Amino acid sequence: MRKMIEGSRAVAEAVGLCRPDVISAYPITPQTHIVEDLSQMVADGDIDAQYVRVESEHSAASVCLGAVAAGSRAYSATTSQGLMLMAEVLYNIAGMRLPLVITGVNRALSAPLSIWNDHQDTMALRDTGWLQLYAENSQEVLDMHIQAYKISEDDRVLLPVMVCMDGYVLTHTYESVDMPTQEEVDAFLPRYDPLYKLDPDDPYTLGAFADPSLYQEMRYEIQQDALGSKAVIKEAARDFKASFGRWMGDVLDPYQCDDAETIFIGLGTVVGTLKEWVDVKRGQGEKVGALKLRCFRPFPLEELREALGNAKRVVVVEKAVGVGAYGIVAAEVRAALYGQANMPPVTCAMAGLGGRDITFETFEEMLKRAQAGESDFFAGMRAELLEAS
Amino acid sequence: MEADTETQVLFERPQAMQPVRMHYCPGCTHGIVHRLLAEVMDEFDLVERSVGVAPVGCAVFAYEYFTCDMLEAAHGRAPAMATGVKRVRPDLFVFAYQGDGDLASIGIAETIHAAARGENISIIFINNAVFGMTGGQMAPTTLPGMRTSTTPEGRDLKLAGNPMRVCELLAALDGPAYLARVAVTNPRRVREAKRAIRRAFQAQLDELGFSLVEVLSTCPTRWGMPPLDALKWLDDNMVPYYPIKEFVVAEGLAEAE
Repeated sequence: MRKMIEGSRAVAEAVGLCRPDVISAYPITPQTHIVEDLSQMVADGDIDAQYVRVESEHSAASVCLGAVAAGSRAYSATTSQGLMLMAEVLYNIAGMRLPLVITGVNRALSAPLSIWNDHQDTMALRDTGWLQLYAENSQEVLDMHIQAYKISEDDRVLLPVMVCMDGYVLTHTYESVDMPTQEEVDAFLPRYDPLYKLDPDDPYTLGAFADPSLYQEMRYEIQQDALGSKAVIKEAARDFKASFGRWMGDVLDPYQCDDAETIFIGLGTVVGTLKEWVDVKRGQGEKVGALKLRCFRPFPLEELREALGNAKRVVVVEKAVGVGAYGIVAAEVRAALYGQANMPPVTCAMAGLGGRDITFETFEEMLKRAQAGESDFFAGMRAELLEAS
Repeated sequence: MEADTETQVLFERPQAMQPVRMHYCPGCTHGIVHRLLAEVMDEFDLVERSVGVAPVGCAVFAYEYFTCDMLEAAHGRAPAMATGVKRVRPDLFVFAYQGDGDLASIGIAETIHAAARGENISIIFINNAVFGMTGGQMAPTTLPGMRTSTTPEGRDLKLAGNPMRVCELLAALDGPAYLARVAVTNPRRVREAKRAIRRAFQAQLDELGFSLVEVLSTCPTRWGMPPLDALKWLDDNMVPYYPIKEFVVAEGLAEAE
């Protein structure tokens, strides 16, 4: 059924359709509408879940950990500072191989204090063992949550998934979405049947001490399964298309990339702006393409090599900074292409930090500076502020 | 004409307050509490030697309103940050200004441990029974049956647990030198609130240890009622649950009055 709803509402309804048993969250702007909508749905009896109002994100993540360990399907959402506070527990959830989905609403980190969008928060957690998917629009973020549970709970994966959505740009805007029915989602996503769980009749210890004779192999297995999850993510996207008729990419989603001389790479909502701009540039006869990096963890190394192989130039639109080094995504794209024949130069254009708009003018600046041979820069800067300091 | 020579300033903005318009909603009592805090800073001549720690919550912009040095804390961490400042500069007057989400929810550990250590800092704690800034969600201090955006049918104690009485909780510790709960719902209570803030500040100045004043406050916006109704609602509902009194008064403090 088509509906015109807020991005946060789309997520809440999608999560509700996934039949979570336990929801635990702590409100933080701009994630709040998601967990408020879910608490209303629980209060109205629309979702048969326990809603635990905890005192912090650290506890929200811990409640989810316990709930999944006991064999249930759980959910939480947070952003920025809240995600940072969860970090310790997020490593534990991945390390215990517990399937869980949380929404990581993307927001800048303090200090200076900012409530607006960029990707510094989720990027900081890229090595936790969580898989990370980035959504372009409301329909994709809705569909992505349903796929995320399927991926996370797959016996070949058993790793948590963070669905990343841009704060405000996506959480607080209204778009028309196609909301699946409960029957359709039930057919795609069966009730969670854990491979192992806390059960006195079949005892397990989770998170136990691993001395130097064991630890490395356990981390190796996480790494192998995270890398292997790429196939499951692709499978989930294909199965989703077969069930719901929608396709927005699997690990990547190329737009006008086949004959593109310059390919811009983006994550999240900026991809929508990029596609519009690519249309304009194509109209002017310029061979520009946009590549959506839909899945950042696992990192789609081979797929990127193939997608970028014929480009003369790659520009990564970075909404986070690897402070003291380079853009986080660009560094990994460069690593992926290193040693390839005819490796295109990869430009790292950092922009949109702390909610600054990325517009066609920003892309034009990025293109010009990339063509002039600049490799790492901040785009869309206010020169007068820098002069003043 | 002799009248001019007799002109006196009887009332003015405290030196500790910035001459700016506040962002708080109409009818919110944060403004009154800011004013009381500033008046007491003036009276003790503290402006030039104070450091305030601002919270996350509605008072996140508190650093805009006081003329002393201010430090912005991560959510709930103000007592720990204030501890760090005070340990390095015990000659400074160090206070934190926090709401119920910041102090009693995400930062309850910092609050309890700063109190237990008897850190020589002062905290103004605004309890309005709701998370105001993020949209009116349930707070640890939300009353039983009270409707919030995450307890839309009212706080069910079986599902959402019991409210926390912070002063009573901290009074069980040996660290605090002064603990009091006040309200600012009428002029008499405002005067009593100021007296409590004075005693809390005095406790720090006398190096007696941790001091905290809990101020019962209104949130007309998130409670969904006009400011006057909110004041009455507070008196009728919050005061019976959160009694107004002094919980701890260190020996020696009373004589300082």
